[in-house]
Amino acid sequence: MARLLLLGDEAVAQGALDAGLSGCYAYPGTPSTEIMEYLQGSPEAARRGLHRQWSANEKCAMEEALGMSYAGRRAMVCMKHVGLNVAADGFVNAAITGTHGGILVVAADDPSMHSSQNEQDSRFYGQFAMVPFLEPANQQEAYDMARSGLDLSEAMEVPVMVRVTTRLAHSRADIQPAPARDQSPVRLPRQRQRFVLLPSVARRNYDRLVARQADFVAASEASSYNRLLRGRDASLGVVACGIAFNYLMECFGSEAACPCPVLKLSQYPLPKRLLGQLLERCERVLVLEEGAPFVEQMLHGPLGPVETVRGRLTGHLPRTGELNPSVVAAALGLGALAVPAAEPLLRPRPPRLCEGCPHIFSYKALMEVMSEAGEGRVFGDIGCYTLGALPPFESIDSCVDMGASVSMAKGAADAGLVPAVAVIGDSTFTHSGITPLLDAVWENSNITVCILDNDTTGMTGGQDSVGQGKIEQICLGLGVPAEHVRVIVPLPKNHAENVRVLREEILGHAGVSVVIARRECIQTQRRKPH
Amino acid sequence: MRNDIILAGVGGQGILTIATIVGQTAVRRGLRVKQSEVHGMAQRGGAVVAHLRVASETIYSDLIAPGSADVVLAVEPMEALRQAHNLRPGGVLLANTEPVKNIPDYPDEQALLDHLRDTPRHLVMDAGAMAKAAGSAKAMNMVMLGALSPCLDLPEESLTETIREAFQRKGEDVVAANLRAFAAGRAAAVAVL
Repeated sequence: MARLLLLGDEAVAQGALDAGLSGCYAYPGTPSTEIMEYLQGSPEAARRGLHRQWSANEKCAMEEALGMSYAGRRAMVCMKHVGLNVAADGFVNAAITGTHGGILVVAADDPSMHSSQNEQDSRFYGQFAMVPFLEPANQQEAYDMARSGLDLSEAMEVPVMVRVTTRLAHSRADIQPAPARDQSPVRLPRQRQRFVLLPSVARRNYDRLVARQADFVAASEASSYNRLLRGRDASLGVVACGIAFNYLMECFGSEAACPCPVLKLSQYPLPKRLLGQLLERCERVLVLEEGAPFVEQMLHGPLGPVETVRGRLTGHLPRTGELNPSVVAAALGLGALAVPAAEPLLRPRPPRLCEGCPHIFSYKALMEVMSEAGEGRVFGDIGCYTLGALPPFESIDSCVDMGASVSMAKGAADAGLVPAVAVIGDSTFTHSGITPLLDAVWENSNITVCILDNDTTGMTGGQDSVGQGKIEQICLGLGVPAEHVRVIVPLPKNHAENVRVLREEILGHAGVSVVIARRECIQTQRRKPH
Repeated sequence: MRNDIILAGVGGQGILTIATIVGQTAVRRGLRVKQSEVHGMAQRGGAVVAHLRVASETIYSDLIAPGSADVVLAVEPMEALRQAHNLRPGGVLLANTEPVKNIPDYPDEQALLDHLRDTPRHLVMDAGAMAKAAGSAKAMNMVMLGALSPCLDLPEESLTETIREAFQRKGEDVVAANLRAFAAGRAAAVAVL
């Protein structure tokens, strides 16, 4: 079979497809979006009749996958790291029910926060849910792990997580595909009670999950993804997790040239025997891991840091941010960290709203009304419109998590802030803004929710959003009074009219209101055939 | 063999087209490839960079270490400056002169270009004008790819074959304009490098 040039994300997708996947469930989020997009564009996935539509949010996606697993077929759930916070309820409890068909949960972490609000490390979630998890070192492993992860999920009857990071997710490499496996037939679980987490069943299931931990460790010991490199100089051993292995090898050129004994670690829980062999042989150990000092902290123990373990907690590597060949070389003592000289002619070039973006005109109108409002505040949300926090707009005062604009505006209004305004995109609204708006309707809170409806999920590149064309009906259905569900069109020629509508709802109405600013994203509009 | 190339520009300028054509060509010739890209928020008019590595042996890191790139190719002059520290001694700087002034404090253009031309091995050219002369202003990236081509261990015909395939569905005229743009960039590079 011909080699394929694939992003890490695409390699996971192709791997899952070739592993007999029946459905992919996801909500867009950088750096995970391209997994679903690849399947949506794949003629092979179409021919195989794969489910490959976006879900309303990651929690829905996780539970939809669990339903497919219940029916005996293989499912994959994909999300960015913070999406796993949203999906956590389903994820943790799917470990308690157990799976039937295999479930692969792909969490794409974003160390250095290229496109995220934190750099949380999903390995903690894997540990928390007590399931096996995989961390590919390269695109070939990403491809291979989709299949071995689904196999492992079915063998162990729990979801298996694959953790990728930005640098792998968004880097292309050539991979060798394997022959495809057929999809599994629909087949229902024999024990009907297993998925009913009443306390009596949950206790039994949980005991079984606890008892399985030894099997998970044994699987890690036997995994071809975890291996020891002998090395000739035992003064410093290295634990290299996931893609950190590549930076280590980059420093020496090849495995044979690497003088350090190395544990290449890509399958968890920790392979204790392999790790023990490394620790026993080496005087000191350097832990290279992308994200949090997850393994390093365990090696230091509760009273650490100890002198024999080095990493992010001891200053040998930066505590935050992603790894690269230079910081790894510096940690190995192979040269000083390269710091580029200051260039007086260089200016920062931050991202910005596109020329002609509808959000620009929404913000212009909103800024004018808020300037009349005294001490009012605008609570923002997650999307392109978060860029409204930067000059020249400086229009929003918060950006926390999906949907938090509406709930924070409500809380601030409860505290007595007038006016309290939320700004949220259409896709973010259907992801997590609907339920807090229902709270606000229940109490008739004095907030105005501006839904910037560009008919797509813009930030991640223009994916379909499940609420498209239904935003007013949703607001009316939640009980927002019809006279306070207003629609404006954010164009320069409508500025005066838009200011008038916003002023009426924000300043002139003491209760819940919604202003929908509707105009299609110019990026998706440009891509449409004329 | 190994070619380590850093590509730079402003989100939306399409540096990934250049990277993908090189990458596809290399895979077809049985070479190993790693190509690290920027997706997400930075694509909205911000500074973007891609790392492209082609080699006959296993490539480990997805990122090129600072001070070790064989070529820095920038489709915008200030972004060329931002990435110039990645060049190895004797490395080649390829830069388009046309600025993208989407910030309020863009530096003095002439000073910027003079600074770029201080690099010992450089080609600083108006790739947009060359593309226009070749028949398509949009083919600026192909002028830059042409300029990159003599620095790569890939045959010219293999690259032009991939270009032909990449633009085929847009019609023969578009293919021809892009091939002319490629040839113009290549000729400019061969003359000075």
